[in-house]
Amino acid sequence: MALLEVDSLRRCFGGLVAVKDVSFAVEKGVIKAVIGPNGAGKTTLFNLISRALAPTAGRVRFDGCDLQGKKPHQVASMGMARTFQNIEMFSGMTALENVMVGCHVRSRAGFLASMFALPWTRPEERKIRERSLALLDLLGLADLADKEAAGLAFGQQRAVEFARALAMEPTLLLLDEPAAGLNIYETAEVGRLITRIRDLGVTILLVEHDMSLVMEISDEIVVLSFGQVIAQGPPQAIQQDPDVVRIYLGE
Amino acid sequence: MTIELFIQYLFAGITYGSIYAIVAIGFNIIYNTTGIINFAQGEFVMLGGMISISLLDFMPLACAIILAVAITMVIGAFIEIVFIRWLAAPSVLRMIIITIGISILIREAALYIWGEGVRSLPYFTGSAITAVGIFGARISPQVLWVVGACGLTVLALSFFFKATPVGREMRACAANRKAAILCGINTGNMVTFSFVLSAGIGALAGCMMSPITYTQYDSGTALAIKGFTVAILGGLGNVGGAVAAGLLLGVVEAFSVSVVPLAFQDVISIAILLIILFIRPNGLFASKEAAGLRAF
Repeated sequence: MALLEVDSLRRCFGGLVAVKDVSFAVEKGVIKAVIGPNGAGKTTLFNLISRALAPTAGRVRFDGCDLQGKKPHQVASMGMARTFQNIEMFSGMTALENVMVGCHVRSRAGFLASMFALPWTRPEERKIRERSLALLDLLGLADLADKEAAGLAFGQQRAVEFARALAMEPTLLLLDEPAAGLNIYETAEVGRLITRIRDLGVTILLVEHDMSLVMEISDEIVVLSFGQVIAQGPPQAIQQDPDVVRIYLGE
Repeated sequence: MTIELFIQYLFAGITYGSIYAIVAIGFNIIYNTTGIINFAQGEFVMLGGMISISLLDFMPLACAIILAVAITMVIGAFIEIVFIRWLAAPSVLRMIIITIGISILIREAALYIWGEGVRSLPYFTGSAITAVGIFGARISPQVLWVVGACGLTVLALSFFFKATPVGREMRACAANRKAAILCGINTGNMVTFSFVLSAGIGALAGCMMSPITYTQYDSGTALAIKGFTVAILGGLGNVGGAVAAGLLLGVVEAFSVSVVPLAFQDVISIAILLIILFIRPNGLFASKEAAGLRAF
């Protein structure tokens, strides 16, 4: 069974159909990319999958469970993490604290116990801190742990956001344009990082404009145009698909 | 002015100042998680005092205070769940008017339950005429209770926000609600909890100050105005700023008595509020969060 199944998903904004009967599945352990011209409905699709937006019609099944009626924070606790196109940091908090918040869904101490910092929550708090530091180290940010996250360079903030998402120990990671605003070297670095995360057993669904990155790392690609799926398959097939070539290069 | 008189004024200022700071911190906690000013904050202070006075007939002072704080926290949770939680994307103005309505409701309920009478808790140690001498000034031990309790509350809160998971999640929720939700945090519960927390610290302040200032069904209103002034003065959402601004306002008020008649004491704080709103609406200690004031 696929980890994520999107079934005839539709979302209208007034008269505009932003996502039109989109169906696809993401198998466990793959990197799947959603591409398409600006305004094709990619970010809306992400918002529908993470339940930040409710669909007008259609269903999303994640890990065998229908997401209909679930709240976004519940979906996140089920193991779906996400990063944003425009980075969303917790301002006023350090990079380390940002990542520690990500550990929230995996911490077991009760609400009251952790509120009063009761003695038996301390080992857990220490574990959270160590795990967060290890994640920052994995992303090469160990020496920035105590810097305020919102004050870091753009690429570093993106890496902190990655670490925060990984802290949730997700089974599915949604990446909304992970290479946006990065230079060619940083983009290559992000590509290596994404494959490394996949090798750790995390399934990845990403939206990306950088074609060379998408073609290099993806196992499968879905192409959206005006809210509709016009092609899906492995990178080689997509590159040769006449419809895809037409929407990207014109007639 | 003699040195004794100076110290006397200073301590009076610090006492009232720390109460103002606590009320302002209550405003800030709710402002941070919801972006609204909860104008029922002063009523939490009044409820703390009134409930503990009523409970005192049945139990020792310490139990009465603890139970009064707990009951006020439950009332805080109730208010949020009944009046705020189910609103879908309410405007700031609508939420503020709701909190003003709640404050009137609580005040009238208090009038109905406790009447118009002025009540007070007994002095925690000694009596109204006991005094400890500090540099020649005569200070009531209750003053030390107030200052000590407020100081401890501020320390406990800063530990809570810095070093506990729930505190960290509340800050995350305040900083970026969208990202907090997608980290799996139930932001609705965080908002309820912020009401519980500010109700609790407000009630505690109400108990501590009751022997000095007395408690009446409408004593929350004046405090809410002072607390609001302090919250603005210190920069909305800025807890450290609230402490500094609270002490500042308390001391200025206390010393103003030596220049203007006592009856004009409130004029001083209202005048400060107006001046700050005109010339430095982000507060004296302008912070980034305070820029959110523009939402009004």
